[in-house]
Amino acid sequence: MDVFGSFALILAFICAVYAFGGGIAAIITRHPLLVKSTRQAGIATCCLIFIATFSLEYLFFSDNFSAAYVVAHSNRALATFYKIAALWAGQEGSLLFWSFLLSIYVFSVLIAYRNKNGELMPYVGVILAGVQIFFLTLNNFVASPFKALAVPGANGALDLVARSDGNGLTPLLQYPEMVIHPPNLYSGYTGFTIPFAFALAALLARYPGEKWIHLTRKWTMIAWCFQTAGILLGAHWAYAVLGWGGYWGWDPVENASLLPWLTGTAFLHSVMMQEKRGMMKVWNVWLVFATFLLCITGTFLTRSGVVSSVHAFAQSSIGTWFVGFLAIIFAVCIIAYFKNSDYLKSENQLDAIVSRESSFLFNNLILLVSCVAVLSGTLFPVLSEALSGSKISVGAPFFNKVNIPIGLLLLFLTGVGPLLAWRKTSVESLKRNFTWPLIIGLLSDVVIFALGYREIYSLICFSLCFFVAATIVMEFYRGAKVIRVRSGASYLTSAIELTMRNTRRYGGYIVHMGMVLIFIGLAGAAFNQNVQKELQPGGSMQLGKYKLVLQSFDSKPEANYTGLRLNVEVFVDNKPLMMLYPERRIFETNGETGTMVAIYSTLREDLYVVYAGQSPDTKLPVIHAYLNPLVKWIWFGGVIVVFGTLVALLPNRRAVLVLSGAKQPTPEPLVHGMTPSVTYREGHE
Amino acid sequence: MKKQAKFGIGISVIVVSLACLAWLGYGESKTYYHTIAELQTLQANQLSHRMRVGGTVAPGSIRRFTGRVDFVLEGEGKSLPVSYVGSDPLPDTFVDKSQALVEGRPTDGRFVAEVVQAKCASKYEAAPGGTVATSSTATK
Repeated sequence: MDVFGSFALILAFICAVYAFGGGIAAIITRHPLLVKSTRQAGIATCCLIFIATFSLEYLFFSDNFSAAYVVAHSNRALATFYKIAALWAGQEGSLLFWSFLLSIYVFSVLIAYRNKNGELMPYVGVILAGVQIFFLTLNNFVASPFKALAVPGANGALDLVARSDGNGLTPLLQYPEMVIHPPNLYSGYTGFTIPFAFALAALLARYPGEKWIHLTRKWTMIAWCFQTAGILLGAHWAYAVLGWGGYWGWDPVENASLLPWLTGTAFLHSVMMQEKRGMMKVWNVWLVFATFLLCITGTFLTRSGVVSSVHAFAQSSIGTWFVGFLAIIFAVCIIAYFKNSDYLKSENQLDAIVSRESSFLFNNLILLVSCVAVLSGTLFPVLSEALSGSKISVGAPFFNKVNIPIGLLLLFLTGVGPLLAWRKTSVESLKRNFTWPLIIGLLSDVVIFALGYREIYSLICFSLCFFVAATIVMEFYRGAKVIRVRSGASYLTSAIELTMRNTRRYGGYIVHMGMVLIFIGLAGAAFNQNVQKELQPGGSMQLGKYKLVLQSFDSKPEANYTGLRLNVEVFVDNKPLMMLYPERRIFETNGETGTMVAIYSTLREDLYVVYAGQSPDTKLPVIHAYLNPLVKWIWFGGVIVVFGTLVALLPNRRAVLVLSGAKQPTPEPLVHGMTPSVTYREGHE
Repeated sequence: MKKQAKFGIGISVIVVSLACLAWLGYGESKTYYHTIAELQTLQANQLSHRMRVGGTVAPGSIRRFTGRVDFVLEGEGKSLPVSYVGSDPLPDTFVDKSQALVEGRPTDGRFVAEVVQAKCASKYEAAPGGTVATSSTATK
């Protein structure tokens, strides 16, 4: 199966090269047979990559310990669930997995548009094949996952050997999140290839109008959705598994996943400017280029070890390949841009500072500033060494100082932006839309302040959250009321009907609501507490309202580890609440230890208990307990964001214009001779 | 012109104030990387910097006391005694012969670390392969 797999990879490489070279010839000659054959070569490339990936999985499932990659990342006792995940447990497999996910996208695009957009698709096919060639080069010639296990023999030559069992998967990865988090994040990284390919293709082909934006909207949202889910799942894994009580540490690899998310989010918003007003064309094209470049940069940062991180990067020559690839893409983008920049002329100008356009402009500006700050902070050791000779790194205070105000500004715009009119917003509409939300936001602050909370950023964040939530609820309420008057249905049914009629707009609001919940959770971090104490059986420690009593501790041998478990009873007001079982696992095969955090999670706060180790003098267990308010809201908000994105991907139930008329029974007061066009008032349309 | 100027002012205010914040954060958290050998050649004023030093944990050197953990880092043939005084538990990957990165300041011949990050030299190398952006911050 290993020979089969590597043969499929070689064939895939050849097909991709044909799809690339033949595609360029097809663009020049416009020969229909050539166009068709290169498209089919593209499809064949994808199928061959699928075959190769399944071959590698087969090696895992058949416990084939003559393959080096299987030996390194699996063993017989490994659960089926984790044998799937072992595919992306190492360098070679994750690069193949990159190719695999990219191929799913490429395959879908090539099939879905096989008889459409004839002018554009040959260009798209060539660009996608180009990206595939790069990854297939790595898969075939730099980091092949199908290498046979070989050891130096007596005469110095390598002998092929088979082992009876493998090394097993590192315990840090043996958690359910680690099975779903990497595929999500990878799907995000790879998914941004599609909008990139369409944007570059449209620029190269001088494809008329904004059609490429319409074509790629869904693909961008799918990629964005995966990226968001991937980041949050990663944060949840760090929180639930690593046992340091936090979910985000501004680690270079975490930052790498955030960077394309920031530009991708900016892109999702700024395309609306182009769709509605024909503005920001240059900006959009560069945003999508930047997003793709950052996806590759993210993979590069992780793989090359250029920035040191706790993530044990595979220090290898692979970084050079990525730098080369980045340079080529960047050069292609620059050349395409300068050759065809006249095609990107803006059709309109900004009219007023209080308008939808300007809210998008500022949204984009601060997302970009955030991206630049995170990128420069991440690369600071490299940059400072190159510039001044001394290697300097920056830590969490740097990232937080910049990104907390940015987050709050974004939150503010989330509430304000969607309710501002295009071109210019009247004072009356400002009053109508924002009076109640402002009152609610300020009132919430008064209440929270009165409860004794004094952290300034958190206070601002909470009031903004209430403000934004109020604007969103009001939007749903107003729309639903109109439908309710006509149909007589309940508010809930009307709100669902409203959402289904304009999924993009109301799905967008649901995403915004999810972000509000995430911000509530993030704001809670200002009130975190923790305490560490050595306890003997019967001893107790107090944290907030919780009293932790250590009942007993024991050690239990399991299949491949020994579990040292604490039985901790939790009391509130001297009433027993529940038992928690924080655990340390000692893995026999390699002597590694794993921490199993015990978390009691409520909407109000998480009680997070870690078995921190044994005191060397007394041999008594040391408990580290954290009280993290509102963390659950982050995960809950993440679910809402994903749900909202899925809603926004649904097709509308009825024509939007009908709804817009119904939604706005009283026409907007006319401003400066503006035509009362419904599209100007349409939110995320 | 007036309109453009308004936008220009708005944009500059945002960018400049964020840049100021970035500068403050930089001053607060900048950390110099040094090797163990370099530490011994640093000038007095450089020794007050917050810094990060990497090395291998000398086998058998980890000694746990109440409130602190002492160990010896080795690298380039030199060794550096370290006292970890942070409140967080040491990462699971912190064992003999693991590669560790300590962050703190040198004080009286010892390195007083507030943060210790570690990765296991033997096994962990390939581990985060699939986790392009997972957050295995071992300690924080």
